[in-house]
Amino acid sequence: MSDDAEPEEIIQTLPLDRWHHAQGARMVPFAGYSMPIQYEGIIAEHLWARESAGLFDVSHMGQLLIRGEHGTDGVDTALEALMPGDFTGLGVDRMRYSLLLDDEGGILDDLMVTRRTGDFYLVVNGATKADDIAHLHEYLPEELILNHLDDQALLALQGPKAVDALARICPGVDMLVFMTAGAFEIAGVPVWVSRSGYTGEDGFEISLPAADAEQVAALIAAQPEVRPIGLGARDSLRLEAGLPLYGHDLDTTTDAAEAGLGFAVPKRRRAEGGFPGATRTVRHFNEGASRKRIGLILAGRLPAREGAAIFDGDDQVGTVTSGGFSPSLQVPIAMGYVAAASATLNRPLQIEVRGKRLDATVAPMPFVPHRYVRQGS
Amino acid sequence: MTTYYTEDHEWISVEGGTATVGITDYAQAQLGDIVFVELPATGANVAKGGEAAVVESVKAASDVFAPVTGTVSEANAALEADPALVNSAPEGEGWFFKLALADPSELEGLMDAAAYKAFCDGL
Repeated sequence: MSDDAEPEEIIQTLPLDRWHHAQGARMVPFAGYSMPIQYEGIIAEHLWARESAGLFDVSHMGQLLIRGEHGTDGVDTALEALMPGDFTGLGVDRMRYSLLLDDEGGILDDLMVTRRTGDFYLVVNGATKADDIAHLHEYLPEELILNHLDDQALLALQGPKAVDALARICPGVDMLVFMTAGAFEIAGVPVWVSRSGYTGEDGFEISLPAADAEQVAALIAAQPEVRPIGLGARDSLRLEAGLPLYGHDLDTTTDAAEAGLGFAVPKRRRAEGGFPGATRTVRHFNEGASRKRIGLILAGRLPAREGAAIFDGDDQVGTVTSGGFSPSLQVPIAMGYVAAASATLNRPLQIEVRGKRLDATVAPMPFVPHRYVRQGS
Repeated sequence: MTTYYTEDHEWISVEGGTATVGITDYAQAQLGDIVFVELPATGANVAKGGEAAVVESVKAASDVFAPVTGTVSEANAALEADPALVNSAPEGEGWFFKLALADPSELEGLMDAAAYKAFCDGL
């Protein structure tokens, strides 16, 4: 038996390292950190997050603050020069999913941006955070101040019962709706809570001082709805939710139109441009990109993994960028890019796995419906 | 019947000239939930150390190597319907395939149960 996990050189530990070990986690290197891949097992954890509430440690992600000399003055327009989001029109304590772009419209990272009273709060991917910080330092106006909150931990509580569990120890969080955030307290610890996540479920992300992480994680995990969930199930949950993963489904060779991230490039920004790679990105939105990100459901039980070739008849039309077995649907699912002509819903395609062509069908995403709690719902 | 173990976490249980092969309890615990097992065809020749099967967990595909050289006489059909047998009974009902040994002397380089346990404890 072989495991193809790549060894990484310097592995740092996260604030909850000791706690994960105490919970029986199996730890693996990921994005330069020792991270819990699973506790009781990926399928059980996955299903628990779908039916109750799962606690994820996402402290490897980068938390950044950007402010000007006078609070948020000028920060929104500076961010609009680097990303295609609408930040000037973003209300206080509201957040947007956005993309850090290079000059060709290639995606450097995907991230969450929140306007707060005195600053903008960004959450970026763990594997890209050093590059993101360097990029922001290089391209943001000099008068803006960028802080990397490397003394903050980040927890995610995801699932239909996350609100019950969290509101019990953090009163008021039930008033948040999807993509809004605010300052709260848990057992006297100041926390920044957003109603967001990356599993397709209702849920929260909780930023808190690293020194208090163990105490707060233990308190959340002590709620009857909650079990700790590892990276393995985090990946299968986000795949079922049709959400792209940076470094796999998104990278500098993909642009927002190809990736199907139209919601991240609102109408005003498409009309006005003024972000890196705007010409290519807007053209792809208007005229259609030559390839598109699609979802695939495979026949049988054999999963197709990242890198597997996708065929339409005899022609290779694309490549799988994420693939696995869906614990909720009990079938193999995948995400990948294919030529636009092959990207039509329900089209039968084939995926080559170890020399065999497996039948697959282009399927709508998300594979499992999102259950976000939106305004007015 | 004697059981041997490899450093790649396969076990091979030998009786006369035939042997049964699977992955160890340690291996299944490392892999996590197993959702698919790709087995060699009956009649296939496998070489010691060569790829003989593929086990797919939720997260990844892993190769399973042949502990010794031989000809596959049977693949475990039960794994097709219930791949999770590898998790629940890795060294029993979750066996992968049986083979006719080509060279029984190849067994000499493998570990016995005590040596394998010591090997795992050192990982």
